[in-house]
Amino acid sequence: MKSSARELTYAEAIRDAFAVALERDPRVLLLGLGVPDPKGFFGTTLGLQKQFGADRVMDMPCAENGMTGVMLGAALNGLRPVINHQRLDFALLAMDPMCTQAAKWHYMFGGAMKMPVVFRMIIGRGWGQGPQHSQCLHSWFAHIPGLKVVMPTTPHDAKGLLLAAIEDDNPVVFIEHRWLHHLKGEVPAGHYTVPIGPARRARAGRDVTIVAFSYMVLEALEAAEKLAEDGIDAEVIDVRSLRPLDQSLLLASLRKTGRLVVADTGHSTAGMAAEILAIAGESAFGSLRAAPRRVCFPDCPTPTSPSLSAEYYPRAGHIVAAVRATLQRPPNDDDLLVPAGAELDKPNPAFTGPF
Amino acid sequence: MRKLRRPEIALNSNHHPVSKKSPHTKRPDDSAPAYNARLAPINARLGQDEQIAFYRDMVRIRRFEERCLRAYQQGKIGGFLHLYIGQESLAVGCCSVMSKQDHIITAYRDHGHALGVGMSMNELMAENYGKYTGCSKGKGSSMHYFDPSRHFWGGHGIVGGQIPLGIGIAFALKYKGVKGACMAFMGDGAVNQGAVHESYNLAALWDLPVVFVIENNGYSMGTSQARSSAGPSLAQRAEGYGMSWDISENGHDVLEVRDKVSQALKRAHEEHKPTVLEIRTYRSRGHSIADPDTTYREKHEIEEYKRTKDPIMVYQNTLVAEGVLNDELIAKIDESARAEAETSAQFADQSPFPTVEDIKKDVYWETDNPADRKSVGTLFFD
Ligand SMILES: Cc1ncc(C[n+]2csc(CCOP(=O)(O)OP(=O)(O)O)c2C)c(N)n1
Ligand SMILES: [Mg+2]
Repeated sequence: MKSSARELTYAEAIRDAFAVALERDPRVLLLGLGVPDPKGFFGTTLGLQKQFGADRVMDMPCAENGMTGVMLGAALNGLRPVINHQRLDFALLAMDPMCTQAAKWHYMFGGAMKMPVVFRMIIGRGWGQGPQHSQCLHSWFAHIPGLKVVMPTTPHDAKGLLLAAIEDDNPVVFIEHRWLHHLKGEVPAGHYTVPIGPARRARAGRDVTIVAFSYMVLEALEAAEKLAEDGIDAEVIDVRSLRPLDQSLLLASLRKTGRLVVADTGHSTAGMAAEILAIAGESAFGSLRAAPRRVCFPDCPTPTSPSLSAEYYPRAGHIVAAVRATLQRPPNDDDLLVPAGAELDKPNPAFTGPF
Repeated sequence: MRKLRRPEIALNSNHHPVSKKSPHTKRPDDSAPAYNARLAPINARLGQDEQIAFYRDMVRIRRFEERCLRAYQQGKIGGFLHLYIGQESLAVGCCSVMSKQDHIITAYRDHGHALGVGMSMNELMAENYGKYTGCSKGKGSSMHYFDPSRHFWGGHGIVGGQIPLGIGIAFALKYKGVKGACMAFMGDGAVNQGAVHESYNLAALWDLPVVFVIENNGYSMGTSQARSSAGPSLAQRAEGYGMSWDISENGHDVLEVRDKVSQALKRAHEEHKPTVLEIRTYRSRGHSIADPDTTYREKHEIEEYKRTKDPIMVYQNTLVAEGVLNDELIAKIDESARAEAETSAQFADQSPFPTVEDIKKDVYWETDNPADRKSVGTLFFD
């Protein structure tokens, strides 16, 4: 294994993982609507078709449901397909093959078969995406026994977890937030994996545990900086893998801090944040010194108008306010203040890394 | 305004790799006259006013979209904007033959249909701007225009997702005994969705008054039809379900579109029978604003279409030759369409954004209409 690391963007890290996987294993194939398109699927598949051929890096017709089923058959018969969706919303046409077929095969046939397939989905936000193009439904997949679900935040983890997902013998849902694509970070060259499961302590702290998913990890880190100005020392945990979930890091942190805020890129109701709160209640009840809090999307569809999305999406200030509440402190007046000229409907330019 | 040249050269591009003739348009023998859309019953007795109206409606769509594009470049519109430029004859042709009891539904490329059914530029432009005065109160944007009072059941974002809905609208018409039909529009990419095939079967099985209109512009984003669809033609797939089908080869000809779709509507109205109608067309712009549109098709292919088959130019030439239009009238129509588009941009600009409280509105019927509340408990947990 080579260990030389260079700085790549998240999108380049994904592309790098694909190149490594396609190079190492002839059974790996990549397909999905727009995979060979000029813009390379947000830059994550650029040049791969040229390098590995159109029979391994494939476009496909608008037929998400059928295509997913077809690839399950291919996986059963020895291939390792990665199915790509430019929006998570488009993958919903394939809920049956993903949840009722792929997730059940190993079980339903007495443990005899493997189902090595990756369902890669992109979530995002921004003006005009709206109700049918920006749903964050990772909790749906995490709900299904038989599926694994990962949501890496850093370029390093994106590459390592994608390679781990491709090499896994179970169906893995790989979800990436579009606003992470431009993020930079150190990424080792060549092959390496980040094991599916362990969470990452993104910041160590004593006073409160902030558990965050995907893009919200960046907001949580910014919140931690703001809290530090008030003398509050926050620990930030990047969940990385929703299923399997790393309970030990979470519980160890809670025993230390006694306070919990969960920041998710999805709705709160019946969502992943609720699951984290349930774990805290069931397994760390005695350690909790305050009622835990969630910072999630409101219970309504995603708006398209920039005037609404600015208010819709929670940000660092919301996390700061939630943390302060766990410490019985009133919110600061300026927690939710939007700096003049800041555009809340675009990725925060301060979040570029290196991470 | 510059006078446009008459088209001479037939477009010979390779984006429609399929058989060019449908059984319905083929000449049975040499003695029969060649197909001429102008002589079709629906077009034979058109008054000058009507002809000018079709022309004006196409120009209005064009100028509206050009104004949208400018607004986008100015940062007044964001996100998706799928232009219909080059396809105007389809929406105008189809909407012009709708009866009061007919309905339509389409995908995200919906500007032409919305204007075609008579929605105002103001409410559409405001929707693009994300303003409260938009047709969907700023909650839909360009992809989700909608006006049920005009029987327009909206633009839809999931490819093919609108088709079963259109069939259901037709189902309800038949159920209620209304003599109307639903035109369900989709692209050449959408035809490969399973839901479309399931809809074909249901429409044929239940004899529903439906016209499946395939707007075949040759591309599904960057994927040409040849790379995505098997079979001799998209419309012919109807045969497997015992459905009538037809192809409008010259989709840029608003009169041909009128003829073909009116025949299908007649079949729906009088026999409750579905039809698959494929209309060959082309989009002169990229898939959406974000599409660089430089790699998956040849520049000359685009230029050739614009030069020889632009629907507005073609119809303008026809009407000029027939003495219905003259330079003065052409300029007047153009100016008024531009002015209307400009006014809509001003209207959108000056309109208010939705307020923070609006985020939580329109999620459930009963929160907006408390008198209708039929359940108890928490709907919103946050
Ligand atoms: C289920 C689903 N898959 C993929 C997409 C992404 N997508 C948006 S438009 C489009 C192309 C559809 O092409 P076509 O049906 O020919 O319509 P056109 O854009 O040419 O009008 C695709 C693939 C989507 N919106 N929905
Ligand atoms: Mg198309």
